[in-house]
Amino acid sequence: MSLADQSPRNLRLTGLTKRYPNGFVAVKSLDLEIPQGSFFALLGPSGCGKTTTLRMVAGLEDPTAGQIHIGDQDITHARPYRRPVNTVFQSYALFPHLTIAENVAFGPKRRGVKDVEQQVKDTLELTELTEQAAKKPAQLSGGQQQRVALARALINRPEVLLLDEPLGALDLKLRRAMQIELKQLQDEVGITFVHVTHDQEEAMTMADTVAVMNAGVIEQMGSPYDLYTNPATTFVANFLGRSNLIKGTVVGREGTGADAVVKVDVYGTVVSIPAAKVHTQSNEGWVGVRPEKVLIQPAGTPIDAPGEHFSGAVVVSSSYLGVSTEYVLRMPWGGELMCFEQNTGRRGGLLAVGSSVDVSWNPKFAFLLDSSQDAGAGLEAD
Amino acid sequence: MGALQRVLLKHPAYFLIAPAALWLLVFFLFPFVSLLSTSLSDPSGSPITGYEMTFRFQNYADVLADYWPYMVRSLVYASIATLFCLILGYVLAYAIAFKAGRYKTILLVLVVAPFFTSFLVRTLSWKLILGDDGWVVGTLQALHFLPPDGRLLATPVAVVAGLIYNFLPFMILPLYASLEKIDPRLHEASLDLYANPIRTFFKVTWPLSLPGVVGGVLLTFIPAAGDFINASLLGNPNTQMVGNKIQQLFTTAGDYPHAAALSVILMAIIVVMVLFYVRRAGTEDLV
Amino acid sequence: MTRIGRWIGSHLVLALGLLVLLYMYIPNFIVALMSFNDSSGARNLYAFQSFTLDNWLNPCAPQGMCESVRVSIVIGLAATIAATILGTLAAFALVRHRFEGRSTMNLMIFLPMATPEIVLGSSLLAMFVAAGLGGQLGFWTILAAHILFCLSFVVITVRSRLSGLDSNLEKAAMDLFANESQTFWRVTFPLVFPGILGAALLSFSLSFDDFIITNLNSGQTVTFPMFVWGAAQRGVPMQVNVIGTLMFIFALAIVVGGELFARRRAKVLAAR
Repeated sequence: MSLADQSPRNLRLTGLTKRYPNGFVAVKSLDLEIPQGSFFALLGPSGCGKTTTLRMVAGLEDPTAGQIHIGDQDITHARPYRRPVNTVFQSYALFPHLTIAENVAFGPKRRGVKDVEQQVKDTLELTELTEQAAKKPAQLSGGQQQRVALARALINRPEVLLLDEPLGALDLKLRRAMQIELKQLQDEVGITFVHVTHDQEEAMTMADTVAVMNAGVIEQMGSPYDLYTNPATTFVANFLGRSNLIKGTVVGREGTGADAVVKVDVYGTVVSIPAAKVHTQSNEGWVGVRPEKVLIQPAGTPIDAPGEHFSGAVVVSSSYLGVSTEYVLRMPWGGELMCFEQNTGRRGGLLAVGSSVDVSWNPKFAFLLDSSQDAGAGLEAD
Repeated sequence: MGALQRVLLKHPAYFLIAPAALWLLVFFLFPFVSLLSTSLSDPSGSPITGYEMTFRFQNYADVLADYWPYMVRSLVYASIATLFCLILGYVLAYAIAFKAGRYKTILLVLVVAPFFTSFLVRTLSWKLILGDDGWVVGTLQALHFLPPDGRLLATPVAVVAGLIYNFLPFMILPLYASLEKIDPRLHEASLDLYANPIRTFFKVTWPLSLPGVVGGVLLTFIPAAGDFINASLLGNPNTQMVGNKIQQLFTTAGDYPHAAALSVILMAIIVVMVLFYVRRAGTEDLV
Repeated sequence: MTRIGRWIGSHLVLALGLLVLLYMYIPNFIVALMSFNDSSGARNLYAFQSFTLDNWLNPCAPQGMCESVRVSIVIGLAATIAATILGTLAAFALVRHRFEGRSTMNLMIFLPMATPEIVLGSSLLAMFVAAGLGGQLGFWTILAAHILFCLSFVVITVRSRLSGLDSNLEKAAMDLFANESQTFWRVTFPLVFPGILGAALLSFSLSFDDFIITNLNSGQTVTFPMFVWGAAQRGVPMQVNVIGTLMFIFALAIVVGGELFARRRAKVLAAR
């Protein structure tokens, strides 16, 4: 079999299911294909099944049904030590009784690799841990421990590296720095990274492809850009960034091909939604628009935008955040709309609470979601 | 080999626990049954020829009638000793848990270390400390706590003092384990909420340390009630505890049935007291 | 409150605690002191007469004492080995596996610790006699009894150490290509070992020091505590205090030595 014939060593999950003895189904028939060498993020709130999925790929949990393949190799029921997969644990799980060097050498030694010293040295250099080689994990800071966990997994050159919320225990600045480092590392090393996290900013920053998981299923998968600009469900719309969702009724279709739009009546005003961003078959739906796309001006001042205008809105609160100002507007129908405005300075001051404003947005930024879905899905419930 | 491996892997627990379980069965449960049976046997046998089991409940009546003062004395001595152990032990455990900083481990080792010297030898040394010519007695006489010809040795005071000394580590370790688990920030929260240190102790620390208190009290009271070494070495014939009597009945008198009956009664009283105490203290977390 | 008053207040508990600790050591000082006592020709054996090194130079002078120490050590070692093995296996079963009868087993392990020694000793004696071994009490019956009460302590100690072990460590080992056996020997065992060692030391000292249970089940065999008890009626030879002091020094040396060794190793590793 020549190299050209071999299918790429993608990670493929088919119908992967995990049901617990008490009846709880953590993962419901997951289908996923992760291309070799990509940085993939599995994003979702706690309890959505992302960690369980990861553990099944690592071999630390047994799937109830379904298969896991790397290329053509079926690893569904293989023991963890027989898979070309390594894990960076959330709690790092560094062996407290071994030095850093011994921790990193653990994997190669178990595989019977002779003369691991050079490999260990190289990996420690890669993760900037050379000074710490003889120390024990307890003597290291959180950030250093994180890098040891990474080094310990990478030295084995796995085909797939699994990261279970590895940056959760780090403070904000360190986390941002590590996000960049991890991304650079992945570029250098070319291994498939599967990163599990509940932090949507982290997923969007680092990953090529993001899959949003909720209650055991993948709601949507795609590039961060696609997921953000064109969410398919209210969960995704709310979980990634924030969305305004307004009830509307479909009244017609216009145009063809790339220009096709759907007309929706929103409390008396008809707006248009690009057909590619319509995710419902029924004639009712949630009209979605991101707060930073909402344009407002004091009542009477023209808004330079091609969309329909809404008049009669009132500013209910305004929060000055330095970079931007966040307004909450009460619309004529009683509902509230969020508007995030970048403080470019052009407005020359904030809009006062209580002032009347006109609202609009560019139609190409709107999307339409199924009305049967919960408009509160995906909002952080803490 | 594959099938055997699979069976072993499926129920490894039973193989692991079997040796210990068997040992406990043979050397703890069976003996207890034996004890009960012997306690109901005819005293007119001997350790060599054995005793005939005749459901002789009379043994219990005999033993209660003759020896109830010993039982009461044992319970009283053990209770007093436990109380003092609780007070002294709590102070030390508290000091180690909250005030010792990086010397915690060393102090704990120091608490346990005397335990590694022969317990009999140490108890004997109290004979010297509490001796009639010793300075403890001398000081107490000078301060008029004792009459001019008073003694400490061969008095109940010495016996209880010995009990306290011997069982202190048993009280300290469970107390320490319990106190150590208390988050020191709870103290801070209490002080922030207008409670002074004393109220903080009674309202926060003490209730949270109760599991340790229960454990410590049990681990102290139970062996103390059955002890006879302190009574023998430091007391007089009038301070003998039930342990002394049981020991004598077994060895000197060779009267196994009565000895066994007394033993069972001691055990029964302890079980009742423990159950009552544990239910009242409201904790099941014994070990 | 004055500054001094506050200083006293915050250090009072510590001071009182240290006083209690000191109180616990008084007998040890006395024992050490008395080991240098020349008690020959004295009426009262419980008062210091005069200083002598004789006791230390002739530790085995009293007849039967050193033999009793030897017996105690042999029984101690045997009981420790047996109880540690049985107890460690049991602890693993209790912590790592769910099985029927687990709570019964927990209770059975706890009960011997909650039973007064006199009752434990009595019941063992009753059984030995009922089994017709009344004339054969001795080394083996003592050993059986010692293993029994050491067993509970070993299980408790190892169990607490084992349950404190992060289960992720073993998962990490398997993720890093260690199979079940390698995971156990390279990760689990080294981390539980301090607990097992502590349990072994505890067992040895419990066994060496036991009197009540041993006395009832010993027949003609004489252990060190039994020798002391017998001698106490007539008057203990001072060499008994020598043994007592030696034991104390030995035990302290092991514990302190272990602590120092661990600290030095950490320093060496950090300096490299």
